[in-house]
Amino acid sequence: MSRAKTKVSKSRSKSPAKPASLAKAATGIEGLDDVLGGGLPRGRPTLICGGPGCGKTLFGLHIIFNGVAQGEPGVVISFEESAEDLAQNVASLGVDLNRLVRSKKLAIDHVHIDRSEILETGGYDLSGLFARVEYAVDAVGAKRILLDTPEMLFAGFSNMALLRSELERLFRWLKDKGLTTVITGERGEATLTRHGLEEYVSDCVISLDHRVSAQETTRRLRIVKYRGSTHGTNEYPFLIGNHGISVLPITSVGLAYEVSNARVSSGIAALDEMLSGKGYFRGSSVLVTGTAGTGKSSVAAAFVAASCARNEKCLYFALEEPTQQVVRNMRSIGCDLGPLLDRGLLQISASRPTVSGLEQHLISMHAAIERLKPKVVIVDPISSLATGNNFNEVKSMLVRLFDYLKGKGITGLFTYLSAPRGLEETELGVSSLIDTWLELRDIECRGERNRALYILKSRGMAHSNQVREFVISRKGLNLVDVILGPEGALIGSARLGQAAALKAERARQTERADRRSRELGRRRQLVEAQIAALRAELALEEEDAEREPVASARSEAGAAAQRSSTRQSKRGARPTAERRE
Amino acid sequence: MSTSTRKRAARPAAKAVKKAAPKRKLARKPSKPDSEWWELRLYVAGQTAMGMRAFENLKKICEEHLQGRYRIEVVDLLVNPTLARGDQILAVPTLVRQLPPPMKKIIGDFSNAERVLVGLNLRPLKR
Repeated sequence: MSRAKTKVSKSRSKSPAKPASLAKAATGIEGLDDVLGGGLPRGRPTLICGGPGCGKTLFGLHIIFNGVAQGEPGVVISFEESAEDLAQNVASLGVDLNRLVRSKKLAIDHVHIDRSEILETGGYDLSGLFARVEYAVDAVGAKRILLDTPEMLFAGFSNMALLRSELERLFRWLKDKGLTTVITGERGEATLTRHGLEEYVSDCVISLDHRVSAQETTRRLRIVKYRGSTHGTNEYPFLIGNHGISVLPITSVGLAYEVSNARVSSGIAALDEMLSGKGYFRGSSVLVTGTAGTGKSSVAAAFVAASCARNEKCLYFALEEPTQQVVRNMRSIGCDLGPLLDRGLLQISASRPTVSGLEQHLISMHAAIERLKPKVVIVDPISSLATGNNFNEVKSMLVRLFDYLKGKGITGLFTYLSAPRGLEETELGVSSLIDTWLELRDIECRGERNRALYILKSRGMAHSNQVREFVISRKGLNLVDVILGPEGALIGSARLGQAAALKAERARQTERADRRSRELGRRRQLVEAQIAALRAELALEEEDAEREPVASARSEAGAAAQRSSTRQSKRGARPTAERRE
Repeated sequence: MSTSTRKRAARPAAKAVKKAAPKRKLARKPSKPDSEWWELRLYVAGQTAMGMRAFENLKKICEEHLQGRYRIEVVDLLVNPTLARGDQILAVPTLVRQLPPPMKKIIGDFSNAERVLVGLNLRPLKR
């Protein structure tokens, strides 16, 4: 028996609770190893079952090829397709089957069964098949083997009891050989496989599925059982794309990701200012909601430009606009994405959400993210993923996308087209998953619409509670403080009008103050002049009063004469001259 | 290839070959259908009881119906596993009628002689 097997039993006895103790053979399929807790049971058979077109064979081949890549030669016993067909099928995945065969890393045996050629005339067994399998295994020193699909035997031979016992013997033999075996099986009516292969293969059973809902097909995978190991129990969507199979164990991401305290600029200085002066948290999810034409994409583009300026790669999923249109539109607000695309810092992936099922979309997003490894991901807009009433599915998809991005420390910015005059909530119910939520509004007053921006929430940072006017111009984006007028916050031309009115009012006030001070000055002059005149009169009177005793002494002529002389003296210098005479 | 094996496994058959072979083949082949030369190959896996039984049964049938115009080649797949691929052998014992055409495959230990005769198209010939 194989080394792997003995190792398994040893480590199992040591710590029966630890799933990691079971030796595993990595499948190399993106995500599947996560679900399987490391891979398939090494040295044991695994059954992959599913209906036609589920990708059973491809899964099996992938596992064999990955084994070859890891230095474990493999054997493919194909009961359905010839070696040439197989080679053609996998060529699209970038695997050169013939080269592997030539370099003795892979052996392929096509077992052709033609019922019409076979006549049974008594007792027999399947030692011929055994001999072929053994020969192929020994020829390359195989560690992994794919049987695709041995159920075809049931079509060729009529003795079911014999076939069953022979298959059981075959699987036991493979297990004794320590071969990591993958067996495919067609789904039966009520059983996992048509001929109950699952009865013989009890170590690991994977069920593939292919469902159509709302005209969209989603492939799904489920680990039905995995003896001696924990495994993901959910149905996981998977994708067969140009780059092979990828499984999305999204819900297995959980909430155990690193949280960063680092901040990244939003690309709009005034918005950073509102977010306690530093911008978003790195690795957080930012939601920008707003009705049509409120500038959601512009906020996204500003963020893209800022990230690229930091030399961080961005991936922009444009779900409604083609790449060139995004670039053109953003150029009109002073944000040129073209050079960023050329430098490879930015990648815009434009595709209609209706082009494939949600899960498919999610997986292709994952695949794109895995390839580019961006620091920032934009999805514009997530609301277009919802078609019809699939809100629940969209929500679950988005949860997984958010989790995935957070798990990778990628800052995600998602726009959401909200219903006009809608409540501050999203139909998709994702708002509670969001860290920073910016709401863009258009405010209509005095015959014009203006944009305003609020921060509805921003977890873990002090943020402004004010509404700011969001100004989009050819020079870019800016946020302006709104002015509070008698009718509330003023915005747009009303704000400008109010500002002008305030200015005029201030001017008037200044003028009024000036005038008053001038008036006061004049009054002061007047008063001062009056004071001077009075003072002069007083002085004269005092002078007269001084002269009085002299005059009475000179002549006691009478008060009348003295009075007339006083009157004369008031008229000027003459009396003085008289006096001198 | 594999000559030694064939010799060893097919030793009983070798006699038949010698007995039957060349002259009749040349002389009779073009004329009548029951004078056709029969080339049979029996695949077995090791010297198992079933394999021996199959060979005995087959030889009996051939002696009865094809006396002198047949040859049985026995291939042991444990020794020559590569040969299984060419004739698409899964079950053993398998008898492949290589001549006369078309190629026929019969599996089992040939305990059911009737079916063997039908399978080899010998039944109508006998009538």
